[in-house]
Parts: sequence; structure tokens; C-alpha cells
Amino acid sequence: MSNDPLILALPSKGRLMERASEMFESAGLPVRKTGHERGYRGEITGRQGVEIAFLSASEITQQLNLGRVHAGITGEDLIRESGREGVTRIELLRPLGFGGADVVVAVPECWLDVSRVGDIEEVAAIFFREHGRRLRVATKYMNLTRRFFSVKGVTGYRIVESLGATEGTVAAGTAEIIVDITSTGTTLKANHLKVLDDGVILKSQAMLAKSKTASWSKENKDVMEQIVLCLEAGG
Amino acid sequence: MTAETSVSYEALQAQANSITDLFKGRGFELVAPAYLQPADLFLDRMGETIRGRTYVFTDLDGAELCLRPDVTLPACRVYLERHPKGDVEARYCYNGPAFRYQPGGGNTMRPREFRQAGIEYIGGADREGSEAEVTGLVVEAVRASGLKGFTVRIGDLGLFEALIQALDIPERWRLRLRHFFWRPPVFRDLLKQLATSPAGDLDAAEVGLVATLDLADVESSETSVAAYLEKADIPLDGVRTLSEITERLMDLAADAKQTPLPPDMVRLIEAYLAVSGAPGEALARIAGLTSDAGLDLGTALQAAHTRLDKFAGFDLEEGMMTFNAEFGRDLEYYTGHVFQIEVPGKDRSGQIAGGGRYDDLLSSLGTPREVPAVGSAIHTERLLAAVQGGVS
Repeated sequence: MSNDPLILALPSKGRLMERASEMFESAGLPVRKTGHERGYRGEITGRQGVEIAFLSASEITQQLNLGRVHAGITGEDLIRESGREGVTRIELLRPLGFGGADVVVAVPECWLDVSRVGDIEEVAAIFFREHGRRLRVATKYMNLTRRFFSVKGVTGYRIVESLGATEGTVAAGTAEIIVDITSTGTTLKANHLKVLDDGVILKSQAMLAKSKTASWSKENKDVMEQIVLCLEAGG
Repeated sequence: MTAETSVSYEALQAQANSITDLFKGRGFELVAPAYLQPADLFLDRMGETIRGRTYVFTDLDGAELCLRPDVTLPACRVYLERHPKGDVEARYCYNGPAFRYQPGGGNTMRPREFRQAGIEYIGGADREGSEAEVTGLVVEAVRASGLKGFTVRIGDLGLFEALIQALDIPERWRLRLRHFFWRPPVFRDLLKQLATSPAGDLDAAEVGLVATLDLADVESSETSVAAYLEKADIPLDGVRTLSEITERLMDLAADAKQTPLPPDMVRLIEAYLAVSGAPGEALARIAGLTSDAGLDLGTALQAAHTRLDKFAGFDLEEGMMTFNAEFGRDLEYYTGHVFQIEVPGKDRSGQIAGGGRYDDLLSSLGTPREVPAVGSAIHTERLLAAVQGGVS
């Protein structure tokens, strides 16, 4: 039992993977794959008691929640989205300064009468009278959206889940509003969407996080502590 | 996760049987609405707040379904299937599970799987009569189950509606006040906004456009908005039409010129919402408040008095009731009389049963005209716990 290694989950692809592995490298913790080049397991050269799992960012969040990995790097947006009541099963350890992007509420540019989140509720009431249904909000962030709108007093909407190309849903006629992540706003602009004045739900970035539900042995805790110290010194 | 839906299953069944026997004996037909419901209906009627508490899932055909979070809407679907024209009077009762997400998995007082026993009286022409009948029957049911020391909280959303109707304010403000009634904090902000700067914040870029709109001429305003969009190279994306956007811009323009809501009207609305006490006295206070302001609540106040008179015929003494003008603000589909049977208890454990009038629901589900309806549901686990003295 107590010999089980610390499982650290790192992004398996894209910019997030590159930046994470650079960060570990410069902290003196070079990460390399074990076994097959296309495999998903790895180690930190010269470190005992830690195993690397290469996973997609959303899987990392899921595994942290379930306690199947001890710690990992993933987007703050995914972590905050993953708990209905907010972050309860994951502890945020360290913002990493990369992977920055905002989760925002955006509406069609042609909605000249809408500039703030509060306007949505009034438009929703009129929309319901005219069209007999609620405004549809396309998003993959169902929980973040629900919490944000609830704080702002917006209720006259319904969510349609969108797992990709969310910014295209308005022009396609499958949603009226979107909640999506954006780093530069270019894609939104290209799709004739505007971010509401008070429509930033979250300023997200990559996070080092640990699972509160995983089983932590004394050894696991020590190894984790050393890794965090190295990253702090190296970063 | 608990393995049993209830540890007091036998006791609950016995209680449910005697409650449904009573309902059936009074002419309410026992129906069995489906547990699995189309998620759409709940989400479109009750919005995302209910989704947050509902088990929603997709089946293999891609249909979005839910486990019913409440039985009123499923019972209305039974009515709609049998009487699509909505032209028949029907009395239904039911007894069965409903399902709601509870953070952390729930507990005995807030279980995620619970049993509702209830009645729906649909199409009753005698409005106050059917309200008194439903309220009285449910009170009788909990009393027959052994509940003692309870009170009945009542409210009347029709009175609020009449008050808003009687105020001399633009129709668009009435729509907003009605709509936001359900969300007290937003309602407070709205009152404040209407009393100070009714148009609120407008985007600087759009102020110029709004100022050019001719409030008397929808068509020319639409042309101006279309020209503005064209010049800015903004396509008219989505389902909202040019005229919907224009109309709301015109509302904003009209608000910018409108005299703010006078302070005495704000005070009147606030004073109305604060009314609470013995029903007869509460209605007298409302009559006093409105006549001082020179307003006439029309038939609404008379209806509230008639209802109180009819309660007497159903063993509902005034002494066990309190009236709250604000009560019902968290129950969006009710439209008139609302009530709740309560015993002391923490959290919601003391809320044993609730119900009211919901005249909009059936037509929103598809009947060609509005069908009056009154219903009520008993939270049977809470009733049993209260009867057994489990509520501290």
C-alpha cells in the first residue's frame, strides 16, 4: 500500500503539454516517456516514487476529482466547472502563468439593446412571449454558466450543451447566446459575437492542483512537496 | 449511496394508501404519470434552476429525458393527452416518487428520491371554490394522517398582479415588475432603477442611435436600426428579429425620457410586499394601503375575501392561517392563490405540503386556451417524520 507511487498527471498534447514539460525541465525535473513513444506513461528522470500519467486536460480534472491521480496540471476553467458546488474535491496549488484565457458570455453583435448580463433576463422575458421558449445558451461550461447567471439573477434561459465550435452555434441558429473560452477574442469577433461588459465569468490559466480524494501516503506527500519546491525554485 | 429508497417503507405505504383513499373518496381519480419525462418541458417551463436539481440524461436515441423532479407537470401531461382541447373538468390524484439532486447525496429530510402524494383540480370554473376545495382537502389529509400543531401560510399572486395593473405606469414597466417579482433581489434593484434612472446603463456607442429613434413610428425606427447594422457591417444573426431588437431599443429610448417611478409608488409596492398577518387583517391592510393611494384592486380583493369565506366550509379556521403578500415568490409557475402547510422544523423539514393556482401551465403545454388549475402535493417523508415526532 504505502509503496504506491505518486501519480502526477500531465497534459498529453498541445500547447499545455509543451509549456508543462518546459516548466518541469527548467525546474530540474525532466519528464520522459517510459515504454512506447506513443504510450501514456512516464517518469521524472532520477526521481523515485513518482509516475507520470499523460492525459487530456479534461481527463486530468476528472481523475483528480475521482482521486485516481494525486496531482496534475490542467486548466482552472475545467477544475471550476467540474464541481457543481465549486471546487470541493481538488485543491488549487499554484497558478502557472500560461494557458491564460477567459470564460465569457457573448451575444450576437446585432443585439444593440444588450450590453450587460442583466439585459439578458429582460430580453429572455420578451423572447419567451414572442417565441414560446427560453433563450438557449450554448456552452460546455454548464456549471460555471449556471452559477454565474444565478448570481446575476438571470433565469430565463436554458443551456444546450456544446462540445465544440460553440462560437458557430448562434449563426447556425442552434443557440442565442454562448459561454465559451477565449484568449484573444478574434474567433468571437469573426463570428459577430460581442462579450458583455460584465460578462467575464472567469480569468483562467493552467494550474498545478492536487486531489483531496486520492489516498495520500506519507511518501506520496513527501515526493509532492519536493516537486512543488523544485517548481517554485525553477519558476 | 443508500440501498433502500426508504427505511420506513411500510409506514409510508400505509400513510399513502389512506391519503389516496381519502382523495379518491372525494372524486379524485388516481392516475400514474410517467416517471421518465421529456427534459425539454421542465427546462422550458422552469428554467435552469430546476435543471440544477434534476437528473437529466440522454438515451440511446439521443432524446433528452429526466426523472420527474415534481409530479404536477407530469399530471398535466396526462390531462393534455386525454383532453387536448382543455375543455373538460378533471380531478386527479397521484402518489409516487419524484427525484431531485441534493448536494452530497441528500439525507432523510432532503432525500433525492422522495414520494409525493397530491391532487390536481383542472378546469374548475368556480375559482375560489376550487381553491378552497384543494386547500381544504390537503389540510384534511395531513390531519387524518395524524399531523398536529401545523399552520397554513397563504398568499395571493393575483393581488400583486392587480396592484401592478392599477398603477399608472408604462405597460413595459408592468411587464418587468411582473417578470422580476420572482427574483426578489433583482426586483429590489429594478425598483431602485425605475425610481432613479429608468433607462439604466446604455452602451455609449448605442446612445446616439437610441436618441435618433422616432418613438411614434416603429417602421422608421426599424429602418434606422437596419441602417446602423448595415453601416457597422453587423449581420442579423440568430433568432431574434430586427423588430424585437428595435422594440427593446425603443423601450430604452422611451425610458430615457420617462419620469422616474415616484417615491410614493415605490413605498406602496414595498408596503404591500411587507403585509403579513392574520388573513382578514392582512386583506384589510391591503385595502387601506391601496385606497389611500387612490387605487382600485378591482375583483382581486373581492376574490381574496370570497376565498376566505369559502375556506370556512372546509374546516379551515382563520386562526390556523397567516397571510404573506410576498409568499409564493420562489414558485414561478403559480399565478394566484398559494399555500403551504408548515410545522416548526429546521431547513425545509417543516414544509409538509404546498400548492396553489397555476393557470398558465396547461396552455403553455399546448391547450388552445388557458385552463384554470389548482393543485397541491404532500411531501410524504416529511409528513411521516413530523407525525412520528421526528421533527425537532
